[in-house]
Amino acid sequence: MVTDKTSTTGKVRLRGERSPLASVGLHLTLLTAAVIAVFPPLWLVITSFKPTNDAFDTSLVKNFTFANYSHVVSDTQFLSWVGNSLVVVGLTTVIGVFISATTGYAVSRFRFPGLRPLMWLLLITQMFPVAVLIVPLYNLLATLGMLNQPVGLVITYLTVAVPFCAWMMKGYFDGIPAEIDEAGRVDGLTPFGTFWRLIMPLAKPGLAVTAFYTFITGWAEVAYASAFMTGEENLTLAGGLQTFVNQYTADWGSLTAAAVLIAAPAAVVFGLVQRHLVSGLTAGATKS
Amino acid sequence: MAVETSQSVTKAAGAERARGRGHRTAKNPGSPAPGRLRRALSTHWYAWSMVAPVVAVIGVIIGYPLARGVYLSLTDANEANVERTIGVNHIPATYKFVGLDNYTAVLTDEVFWNRLGWTLVWTVACVALSVSLGLALAVMLNRNIKGRTLYRMALVLPWAVPPFVSVFTWKLLYNERNGLFNQLLAGGGIDGISWLNDPTWAKVAVIAVNVWLGVPFMILSMLGGLQSIPGELYEAAEMDGASAWQRFRHITLPGLRPVSATVTLLSCIWTFNMFPVIYLLTRGGPGDSTEILVTYAYRLSFIVSPRDYAASAAWGVVILLLLSLFAVVYRRALKKQGDMW
Repeated sequence: MVTDKTSTTGKVRLRGERSPLASVGLHLTLLTAAVIAVFPPLWLVITSFKPTNDAFDTSLVKNFTFANYSHVVSDTQFLSWVGNSLVVVGLTTVIGVFISATTGYAVSRFRFPGLRPLMWLLLITQMFPVAVLIVPLYNLLATLGMLNQPVGLVITYLTVAVPFCAWMMKGYFDGIPAEIDEAGRVDGLTPFGTFWRLIMPLAKPGLAVTAFYTFITGWAEVAYASAFMTGEENLTLAGGLQTFVNQYTADWGSLTAAAVLIAAPAAVVFGLVQRHLVSGLTAGATKS
Repeated sequence: MAVETSQSVTKAAGAERARGRGHRTAKNPGSPAPGRLRRALSTHWYAWSMVAPVVAVIGVIIGYPLARGVYLSLTDANEANVERTIGVNHIPATYKFVGLDNYTAVLTDEVFWNRLGWTLVWTVACVALSVSLGLALAVMLNRNIKGRTLYRMALVLPWAVPPFVSVFTWKLLYNERNGLFNQLLAGGGIDGISWLNDPTWAKVAVIAVNVWLGVPFMILSMLGGLQSIPGELYEAAEMDGASAWQRFRHITLPGLRPVSATVTLLSCIWTFNMFPVIYLLTRGGPGDSTEILVTYAYRLSFIVSPRDYAASAAWGVVILLLLSLFAVVYRRALKKQGDMW
């Protein structure tokens, strides 16, 4: 497993190089890892089809039921939570990917005054414990009148996601040869033109990762969402899910059903972006 | 790779300046060189305008709370003396400035050093496991194998599930009396383990969950990094007769450096501050055996009574300082090996 890590681009040349034994080992390892990765979510799905009282039953579905789902969709504010989440997450993703790409590109390509402080700023922002920020941030948003507004959450999520994404994009841009930029400039493109028309298309795998990351950050965030949004109808999905769990009891049936409904779109988004993750457009784009 | 990158950036920066000059001469041919500021502006304005939105957002949302937190850590603010409104009565703040007292209290407190020790063990264990598993699985996924897409989807699935949900699922599995793990053990004739109530097992349990949550991200980042390594390098190495291990050691690992150095650093920082996993899984218990620094700071400002805002802020600032120190050391180490920024 360790001694034969090789291929990257999947050229024919390496295909014949693996012994059957190595193939079996590879598949076994991946299969084990896949089972470990998939089992808890799968168990969640199974539990969601059990009546609430059987939540801890180990048998596969004994009394199959959709009751949890119909309860979640019709008796709770689930649909408005979906709407709120979509607005917040959509805005965060679009804005976040764009500004982290521009920042990442500037940091990767240009030496400008303020570069190092900026890198430190991006890094240090990652270090802020949510627990310490949340009270002052609440006060700040209250002063700005942004509590209970999607805008407040979008800005907060941007500060969570963008520093990391910018950093990540810098890594991807570093991997794209500067000769491409030079070629673009020779052909008369402005710096923005080079960035937008040449580099962005080449950085698609990186953009896909950052988009997915931003999406998940917003889709799954609990602490800020439940602190800044009040009133059942204003909650986002993650905040809403918490209403099923209080200190004493957990409504496992509704919780699992809602969790499945929340995780499903995330999986779909992942399916959409993973095409770009595979294509590996940057690999061998130019010979450096 | 690292050296190469830094060269290309320098080159780009050089070309940058050259172009800036060319641009200006084209605009006003024959005019004398403008002042320094204007020169800086005309050279760097697009770089600055590209980073401006990020700087603005971070400045407002992080700058203010940070300043406020640092200020609180220098006072004796707690639940009883901060500004608050009870009914119609508005009570003004009565806390006062106490200098560095909170910091002395934190650093001389045995609790702090105990929590710091466990936080370090937790961070190192989680990061080491998730980075090495992530790298190994990414390299395997990057090969030509049947069912590659399926494997990739499966392995990254934990990331697509909101962590809040995953942690509750794990809690369901770990449950001492009815959880699946213990029922399986019972089926095998083994006594159940109190996963979350025994100090040692609780530590193992939280680390396992965090690694499970962290590996998919590592796989994705490493895959992205692997795919940006030009295939020609491998072809050249093969022609020179490099073995698989040599190719891995001298092409794959250095090629991954920009990505892996970054994700390792970030992963250390995130794990150090990983609030949700610990809090939702064990609430820091049993006792305080799984309590990391952040959950303790949270406990001070939201759970204990009276809520001790000042001490909590001091803990927060100490956490921040520790992490900054770590980042500086880490960067130094990278720089020595020829990596840059």
